[in-house]
Parts: sequence; structure tokens; C-alpha cells
Amino acid sequence: MAMTATLGYDDLPSLLTRLTGDEKHDRSSLSTLDVLWVLYDRILGGDDRFILSKGHGPAAFYTVLAAKGIIAADALDGFGSFDSPLGYHPDRMLASGAEFSSGSLGHGLGVATGAALTGRRVWCLVGDAELDEGSNWEAVQYAGRIGLSSLTAIVVDNDSSEHGWPEGIERRFMLEGWIAQRVDGRDHEALAAALLPDPDATRPRCVVAEVETK
Amino acid sequence: MTGMRERFYELVREALDRDYRVAVVTAQIGTDSIGDHPRHFDVGIREQLMIGVAAGLALEGYRPVAHSYTPFLVERPYEMLKLDLGHNDLGAVLVSTGASYDAARSGRTHQAPEDVAAVGLLPGWTIHVPGHPAELESLFRRSLVGDDRVYIRMSEEENHARVDGGGLTVLHHGPPGAPLVLAVGPALTPVLEAVSGRDLTVAYLATVRPFPHDGVRSALGTGTDVVLVEPYLAGTSAAEAAAALVDRPHRLLSLGVPNAEFRHYGSPPEHRAAHGLDAEGVRRSLAGFLA
Repeated sequence: MAMTATLGYDDLPSLLTRLTGDEKHDRSSLSTLDVLWVLYDRILGGDDRFILSKGHGPAAFYTVLAAKGIIAADALDGFGSFDSPLGYHPDRMLASGAEFSSGSLGHGLGVATGAALTGRRVWCLVGDAELDEGSNWEAVQYAGRIGLSSLTAIVVDNDSSEHGWPEGIERRFMLEGWIAQRVDGRDHEALAAALLPDPDATRPRCVVAEVETK
Repeated sequence: MTGMRERFYELVREALDRDYRVAVVTAQIGTDSIGDHPRHFDVGIREQLMIGVAAGLALEGYRPVAHSYTPFLVERPYEMLKLDLGHNDLGAVLVSTGASYDAARSGRTHQAPEDVAAVGLLPGWTIHVPGHPAELESLFRRSLVGDDRVYIRMSEEENHARVDGGGLTVLHHGPPGAPLVLAVGPALTPVLEAVSGRDLTVAYLATVRPFPHDGVRSALGTGTDVVLVEPYLAGTSAAEAAAALVDRPHRLLSLGVPNAEFRHYGSPPEHRAAHGLDAEGVRRSLAGFLA
């Protein structure tokens, strides 16, 4: 992806105000904001791939893409309108920078696994409630078994899973052979430290980014 | 003679060796037959993941081939076909085995006469229903070249000989105004036996999507009666046939597997006969329709 840094983190609030529609008020759309910023600001390289599986509430995603010059900031103004490339769920055929069309939960991690099988470094963002979908666990199990070290799953945890994850999300990933840790999902330094590529990794990684309860 | 499934495994192994773009994803079906290869990924019994992984490989520029029994390749991960592949405009070659009732003894869970209708509901898919291993070979090889979405439906039922030509092939021209009997894939053998002694136009089709609208119009000529014999859900291509003849008065009889719970085990020939798709059944239906 081509990234031309144009704006900083402090500019995100003003960009967010350009998005109109119900989605911008959805807390779930902002739960990902800091993770996305750190990813695009410090982590992702030109050959890396990012798959937003949690396509619900993409306001933060579009805002970060705009801040980084991947999409035009003017495109934010038409959010959700008929001719806008930016809908309530991202469509990779419309929105540059969206590498996977998502919105139906539980798809991204499988596709990320496929991309990572080629050796590509792939980061995939899912939500804690999204993990209710069984399809995620097919990918978690398989990636863990084969030691798919090029794959990093980021679980933004705003405690929105209806029945929760007793004993923790990260423990379930670890049981399947992943390296997993929990960090403060608003702490940029902690996020960056957890998300930086580890060239010596032999297992896939899961970073649970904890944010405010929904 | 090598059946379609065995031939497919040979072709897949060959493709993996010859074409660096080809990657194969399986979910425990056919895994051992295909064998180990750096680009053969068996994901375990995880069919949703199988299609997701195929989409991910396509995203990286590979030509993924995914394979399983028909219901596990099409029905269980259907939304992945629709979204991971279709909506993301990613290509893959999906090759099923089991057809409508090859696994008759396994019961309903392993039967999927709805598959072609289901895939046909999604835009942009090419659907092949080969009637012979040699047809499978040419269709599969052709499919590997592109980047589009292709579904190939293999079957243990097969015709005595391949039909060349691609598209709609007229095998016998009846007199002007003769009814057109259009047989799809392995339905050809019982159709040929059923029409014996009748002077009808008989045509064959192994690629049902895109549907050959012009070919049907041309084959029917001045006739008005069309009999469509498909080895899966009856009427799967009825709307396509009607669209082909939208400006022409016509009658259409669609033969295939009825849309009903069929709670019997047994053998494929028993199922074929029960569904009226053996030669006697087709003959009986023709007699009633053309009386």
C-alpha cells in the first residue's frame, strides 16, 4: 500500500467529524482507533497486508486511511452516500486501502491465514464479539498447528461478546499454539511494542487490545 | 478407465508441479490422493476456512484450487463463496466430488443436488458439469489459466465418450420444428437411450454458466418444445432457458432431481431411477410431454 503521511494523531478527531451517519456514533467504530493508528503509523510496511475483519463501524479505519493519505480526506464527507467509496462496511473494490471487503463477521482471519501462507506478513483485526463466530476458530486452530508466524491477529476487546470469554481470550489462542498477550488498547507504546514484527517468531501472534467496555 | 475423481487428482498433482501459480486447499477430502506439496494446504475439517484460505491465496496472486464433497465445498461455506471470493472479486477453481447422489449410501448429508442452483445464484461464476473424464481434463486445464471464479462439478456418473466442441453441441438434428432435448453432463447417456427411435434434436452441454442463450435458440430452430435434462435440481437452468426464448412462444419441461427430501439410501442407479433420470424415466417424461 502507498502511504504518504499527511496528518497526525491529533488530527483524527477533526477528520472523524467529517463522517456523518449513525456509524460514527457507534462506540465499536472508535474502539479500533488507536490500534489502527499505531498499525499505520508505526508497524505496517509496504509489503505488509492488513485485513480488517471487524468491518462494522469503519469510521476509525477510514479516518486513519485519510490521515495517512491513502484515501482522500474529501471522501470522508460522502460517507455512506450513493456514490461514495466509503460505506458502512468497507468494500475493497471501492475504497483504496481496504484490502479486504468485510462486514459479515468471521471471514477475515481465514483469508488472512491464506495470505500469510505465502510468506506475506499479515495483520488481521477482529473484535472480541466477532470471535463468537466459529469460522475464526478454524483459522486459529490451523494457523497455530502449522506455526504460521507471519500472521498476527489483533483482538480489540471491548467486552462486547454476549457470553464473554471465561479465562480470557489470549488463553484460548495460546492453547492453540499462538503467542498471545494483552495490552492496553489505548496505549500507543504498548501497542507498538506488541505489534512490531518479530523476525525470530515461530508461531502466530495474538495481541488482545483492551479498550473501554462497550 | 480412470474416473473423474482419480483423473482430477492426477491433474492437480501435475498442475502443482508445472504451474507456480497453482495452490491447492483441501479439508481432509482428497488430501492423501493429492499428496504433499509446498503449495498444497490441508486445513483439516474446516470448510469455511478452506474457502477463506483460497481467497487469501488469490489475494496474493495465486490460482487456488479448493476441493471437497459437494455439500462441504458449496453449501457449508456458501457465504465465503459469496463474500470472500465473489464480493472481493477474487478467483478460485472449486472442484467438487459427489454430485447429486454419488454418495447415496451416505444419505442426505452427503448429497447436494442444489449445488449448481446455489452457485448459479452468485454472479460471475462459470459452472462446468463434465460428463466424461476427458472433458474434466480440458475444462480444468482451461480454468487454471484464468483468474475468475469457476465451479467444476465432478460425478461418478459419466458418459461413454467425451463430447468435443465446448459450449452447446448439437448431436442430432431433428427435422424442422422438432423438439429440442438438452442434456447436461452425465445426463447425456440416459437421454440418448431415451430418445432412441424418436426424431428429435438432441444437444449436449457441459458448461451451464454462462448459459448458452444463442445456442439454445439456434438448436431449437423453428421448434417450440424444449426438454431440459439436468443431473441436479430440476429446473436449475429453467430461468436461463426461458430467458433465451423470451420472445418466442415455447413450452419447457425441466427434468432433474426433485426439490424434496428423499429419505432413501441405496445406490446411485436406484436414486437416478427414483428421480426419473434413468433412460426409462426420461422416456416416460418425453412421452407425456410430447404426446
